[in-house]
Amino acid sequence: MKITPNEYNEMTKKASPGTKSYKTIPMAFLIGGLICMAGEGLLNLYQYMGMSKDAAGAVTSITLIFVAALLTGLDLYNTIAKYAGAGTLVPITGFSNGVVSPALEFKSEGYVLGLGAKLFVIAGPVIVYGISASIIYGIILYLFKLY
Amino acid sequence: MSQKIGRSTLLLNSYPSVKAFAAIVGKKEGEGPLARHFDVIFDDTTLGEETWEKAESRMQREAVIKALEKAKSASTEIDFIFAGDLLNQCISSHYGLRDLNIPFYGLYGACSTMAEGLSLASIFVDNGLAKHAMAVTSSHFCSAERQFRLPLEYGGQRPPTSQWTATAAGAAMVAESAGPPYVKATCAGTITDLGIKDINNMGAAMAPAAAHTIKTYLYDSHTAPQDYDLIITGDLGMIGSDLLIDLLKREGIDISKVHNDCGKLLYDLEAQDVHAGGSGAGCSASVLCSYLLTRIQEGALQNVLFVATGALMSTTSFQQGETIPGIAHLVHLTYQKGN
Repeated sequence: MKITPNEYNEMTKKASPGTKSYKTIPMAFLIGGLICMAGEGLLNLYQYMGMSKDAAGAVTSITLIFVAALLTGLDLYNTIAKYAGAGTLVPITGFSNGVVSPALEFKSEGYVLGLGAKLFVIAGPVIVYGISASIIYGIILYLFKLY
Repeated sequence: MSQKIGRSTLLLNSYPSVKAFAAIVGKKEGEGPLARHFDVIFDDTTLGEETWEKAESRMQREAVIKALEKAKSASTEIDFIFAGDLLNQCISSHYGLRDLNIPFYGLYGACSTMAEGLSLASIFVDNGLAKHAMAVTSSHFCSAERQFRLPLEYGGQRPPTSQWTATAAGAAMVAESAGPPYVKATCAGTITDLGIKDINNMGAAMAPAAAHTIKTYLYDSHTAPQDYDLIITGDLGMIGSDLLIDLLKREGIDISKVHNDCGKLLYDLEAQDVHAGGSGAGCSASVLCSYLLTRIQEGALQNVLFVATGALMSTTSFQQGETIPGIAHLVHLTYQKGN
């Protein structure tokens, strides 16, 4: 055929509709913001109940992780995420969903080679590079403090 | 006896008949515009099985059994079956047909498997190698997603170019010439790759293969698009269909008036939220083995080119930075012998 891959690439770009950012970005902001607001609310509530700020922070994270895991199990999280996009992906709830969803999906291959092995298939790279980045950051910080 | 003409075309001079066909679909497909044409609609996408893979195998077996039932034939009367699916090692076909005891050829043509299987079954019958031969394939949204993409419950957004893998199976039984629909000719696909790397734009990856096969067949058979009532591609979806029409226009071939696509027919694209359309081996198979073959049988469609398209989407090669090659096999179906 009389067409080069480059020409076809251009043709494809023109033919493929882009993401409707005018819709997706405000939705992500709105739902992501609501999740963060819920987090702030929980933090205040736990402190009001007499927890220290540190303890309240940890319990808030745990609560959000639990709710996201529960919603994933009830098949509701992905429905919300369809509209929220990065709004449900970026907060800690997205991490919870990223661990629970493969756990549910790969249970059919058994608890060891299925669930166990595939549990971190999505969250794994985030953990690896998150820890690696924090080590580098720690080294830089240490070096700066030497002088 | 089949006769080779041109580069890739075989004329099946005995005009084998598609004696019986059956389509089995899942819930979402059963809520689509073609619902009344399907033989069986399963409201439960697990089909009562423990795993998605078992559900898909079961669908493929049910499609074969239903087609046999409609042909009033027993499985022992089928000389060969050509089967394949999208999953690794074609497990849906192997497990699905394990208990049927039919001599089996396993195929991998991705979403083009139905046209590939139907071609081979027809060629076997045309050359007297089989009295009855069958082609069957399937796909299942859930088994495909977990193999190729992400877990179902994962909260991700599907880009507008993505297609929805159909939960469906289709089976067609070819026999010696007896009545419409007839298989007049087949045209083997050629692996075509114009460098698409986006796994969420399968239509764009497969359109060049469809263009290549359609152009080759028209050239080999000395025909033009206006000689056909319908040139139907298998799951290019909206974007791939537009690209196909543009690609062929550049070659001086205008199919826009007679073209349609199985991926556009299977769902109500907007209302069922399938973005660019349906895909999966079961998509073109179920559209062919319900609506299309029935229309040809009734004579409402007289001359149809069924061009199922497949993309070699391997998670390994994709992660290694490879492009996605496509293939398209063509089957020329007619209402009358010899026109």
